[in-house]
Amino acid sequence: MTALSLRNVRKNFGATEIIRGVTLDIAPGERHCIIGPNGAGKTTCFNLISGRFPITSGEILLNGERIDTLPPHKINRMGLSRSFQITSIFQRMSVFENLRCALLWSRGYRYSFWSPLWRQKALNEAAEVLLEDLNLSARRDILAGLLSYAEQRALEIGMTIAGGASVVLLDEPTAGMSNTETDYAMALIRRVTAGKTLLMVEHDMKVVFDLADTITVLVYGQVIASGPPVEVRANRAVQEAYLGALE
Amino acid sequence: METVLISVLNGLVYGMLLFMLASGLTLIFSMMGVLNFAHASIYMLGAYLAFTVSRFVGFFPALIIAPILCGLIGAAIEIWGLRRVHHNGHIAELLFTFGLVFIIQRLVQMTWGMLPMAYRVPPSLDFPLFVLYGANFPAYRGFMLLVSAAMLLGTWLLLKKTRIGLIIQAALTHPQMVSSLGHNVPRVFTTVFAGGCLLAGLAGVIGGNYQTTEPGMADSMGPIVFVVVVFGGLGSLAGCFIASIVMGMIQTFAVVIDYSIADLLRPMGLMLTGDTLLTEVLTVPVARIGALLPFVMMVTILFFRPRGLMGTRDT
Amino acid sequence: MKSRWLILALIAVAIALPWCFYDWGHHRHAGFLLSMLSQMGMMVILALSYNMLLGQAGLFSLCHATFFGIGGYATVHLLNAVGAGDVPVPMELMPLLAGLSGLALAILFGAMATKQRATAFAMITLGISELMATAALMFHHFFGGEGGVTTNRMIENSLFGLTYASGLQVYYLILAWTVLATGLMYYLTLTPLGRMANATRDNFERAQFIGYDPRMVRFLQFALSGFFAGIGGGLYAITYEIVTFDALAAPLSANALLMAYIGGTTVFGGPILGAILITLLQSGVSLLSNSWLVYVGVMFIAMVIFAPTGLAGIIKAHGPIRHSGRLGSLVVPYLRLVIPSLGLLLGFVGLVELMSFLTIGAAQGKKLVLFGGPVDVHAALPWVVSGGSLILGALWLRWEAAGFHRIWENLTAEVRR
Repeated sequence: MTALSLRNVRKNFGATEIIRGVTLDIAPGERHCIIGPNGAGKTTCFNLISGRFPITSGEILLNGERIDTLPPHKINRMGLSRSFQITSIFQRMSVFENLRCALLWSRGYRYSFWSPLWRQKALNEAAEVLLEDLNLSARRDILAGLLSYAEQRALEIGMTIAGGASVVLLDEPTAGMSNTETDYAMALIRRVTAGKTLLMVEHDMKVVFDLADTITVLVYGQVIASGPPVEVRANRAVQEAYLGALE
Repeated sequence: METVLISVLNGLVYGMLLFMLASGLTLIFSMMGVLNFAHASIYMLGAYLAFTVSRFVGFFPALIIAPILCGLIGAAIEIWGLRRVHHNGHIAELLFTFGLVFIIQRLVQMTWGMLPMAYRVPPSLDFPLFVLYGANFPAYRGFMLLVSAAMLLGTWLLLKKTRIGLIIQAALTHPQMVSSLGHNVPRVFTTVFAGGCLLAGLAGVIGGNYQTTEPGMADSMGPIVFVVVVFGGLGSLAGCFIASIVMGMIQTFAVVIDYSIADLLRPMGLMLTGDTLLTEVLTVPVARIGALLPFVMMVTILFFRPRGLMGTRDT
Repeated sequence: MKSRWLILALIAVAIALPWCFYDWGHHRHAGFLLSMLSQMGMMVILALSYNMLLGQAGLFSLCHATFFGIGGYATVHLLNAVGAGDVPVPMELMPLLAGLSGLALAILFGAMATKQRATAFAMITLGISELMATAALMFHHFFGGEGGVTTNRMIENSLFGLTYASGLQVYYLILAWTVLATGLMYYLTLTPLGRMANATRDNFERAQFIGYDPRMVRFLQFALSGFFAGIGGGLYAITYEIVTFDALAAPLSANALLMAYIGGTTVFGGPILGAILITLLQSGVSLLSNSWLVYVGVMFIAMVIFAPTGLAGIIKAHGPIRHSGRLGSLVVPYLRLVIPSLGLLLGFVGLVELMSFLTIGAAQGKKLVLFGGPVDVHAALPWVVSGGSLILGALWLRWEAAGFHRIWENLTAEVRR
């Protein structure tokens, strides 16, 4: 059984068809990268998978179950988590609080308004561990909105995997980063997504070819190639569409 | 029968007045995402200003001067107030316009006093236009219809036929896109806000002697106008128009219907006895419920169809 | 913890205050003071419960007074029922039942309102508010029409054997419930729901992607805030022994907003500060001037533009500076702001009072008394002085404010290092 499957997914915005029949299968534990020129619909795909937008037709399956009609929070509870292209965190809460919130649902706290959080030992410890992992311990009590860009991206990744999702979607996690920052972020990503299924949109080709088990190339809402990096690199159509970006 | 005809006409007049107010509010709301709570207050200002101006130069010049004054005031509010608050967030804008209501209210009271103003229909328009089944239809109401129709036409022409109108139209549904296309969005915003206030002022000029010109005007008109805007939907002047007329008709007709739900039930053999809360609810004549109807409508439509009748964007 | 001592001190002051103004000669408490303190208690609950929505969940509600009012109405009816011997409920538990009625209504309305985002939410609450106020005037059975519903609090049913005949006993009951409600509301901010309310406020989408349905979070927060507002209404009913439609009308909702916002929505204690301040000003200033609303409105708008974090937020912003011991260096800059501010304020007040007197006051046949001396409204001097003071004060303040801003920025940057 695949971890994540898209079956002939289409999406129209008004009269414009953005996604034109995408079929994709991602195996459990696979590291899958989606690449393509700007406007190809990569982020739209993510938005469709994660339930942000409804699909026009087709199916999306998570671990064999259909998720394309579900709202985002339900999809998340089924084990799929995502990060955003534009950093999406809780700016007015501290870094620690951000991480702790991300842990809440998966630990069964639900909408409880009777148990004070500072008393929950296991929860707080898990948040501290996460903080360490992300190397943000020094920034524990700073408001998330005041962090540097790279720190915010790290926090975002932390929040994405905190709930223990088995399928992780990362939308351009290294966007706007310097080379050192990128290396650092990639090491972090590799570490925290070990054993999970990873689907990533990326523009940085070095990152893509370093990390991916499988690469899918999306152009104008259609998949023009999908397979191991070696294959994709040699693919004619891809070379034409991407014109030397793969060298 | 005569009641129905007269009510239809009155409903139309009131509906058009509502539309004048609601259209300005819809434009501002759709474009800038700001719900201008003080819109009805500008309406009130328009009436008061018209009253004062007309005492010096007569009604017809006031018809032009007062709305322009309101437009200028609107521009001032936008430039020195709203624009500053914009970067503090959506809610800050709402709070700002909300605070304006108090200030304008009290300023009006301080300048003109607490008593209603003797803002009368100008003598040149104070005659019955025609007589329908023994009831007079005042010429002034016909005049109101004329002005509001002219305003409707003028606005339509402006939006459809001019360049600024095109930009405003685009910004109604896609404000970010218009901004990315390089138009001076702040100036467009100021124009729209001032324009909306001008329309509100105009409504005030002609509405002020249709209703009474007194400090409570804004409080009575305000909520109804919001209902109309929500009902008609964001991004659609046509929806706003339909909603205004519908609301005008409902409010006018509700006042004349002297029946209650209990009266409807009686022919079916259901008699209500006792002094319970339920009896009270069902025996209230529709005329009295009239005041409630707009809000029931608004809550209902926001619940079922948040886009309103013809909206193109979610509220 | 320092704040714990501060809280205990405040409570002690609140308990002791009536005794500081006790009239030992006549063995009487100052009725005015007790009345004002009681009002403060209710308003604190109202403002805090409102901030559960505005500050904590990012919801701009315009129907908050509805739940306060329904608590009040439910309580008067209940008091009447107990007084007639129909139902045995002790006085001390009345606010709890009032809270439950607020909760019930909030669940009903919240289910509708919280399905929508920001502006639509505000509109629905506006509709609800108008709906309830109109209904209150229409349905005499429950709401008593324009005269409202009256009751008598001598119901002779108390857990402590008190009669609540004296204002002092009523005040202590209110104080007890205020402390309890405040404590509970604070406790709520420490729970998962409380935190997620903050999270949903900051980032609706992110909340979804950590597994929470933001609408459910908002619904629950809305319902609970209605509960606490209801408690406030219950206390209102007990104190005044009458509830009219004012208790659920828009002006009271606006008041809640004002108190929460001016006090500060970003700090838990902000609304408490706002409630106390506004109640004080209302009791005091409204006696001196009938332009109270203008001052409030201008103060409110000024805060929206210049100080959106409210008074508590401003105080909190001094925290880092205070911690590093550099607070002293702000004394002189602040002093330099005070004089032009005073000029501006006096000029503004002067103009407002003069104008107001011209149109309203004269009709009421009063003589204008400003700053201790009678003033002739028709003379030019008062106008010139006020206007001049206003303009000069404004210009001078603007100049000083720029300087202050620079000093503040430098200080903050230094402290951060």
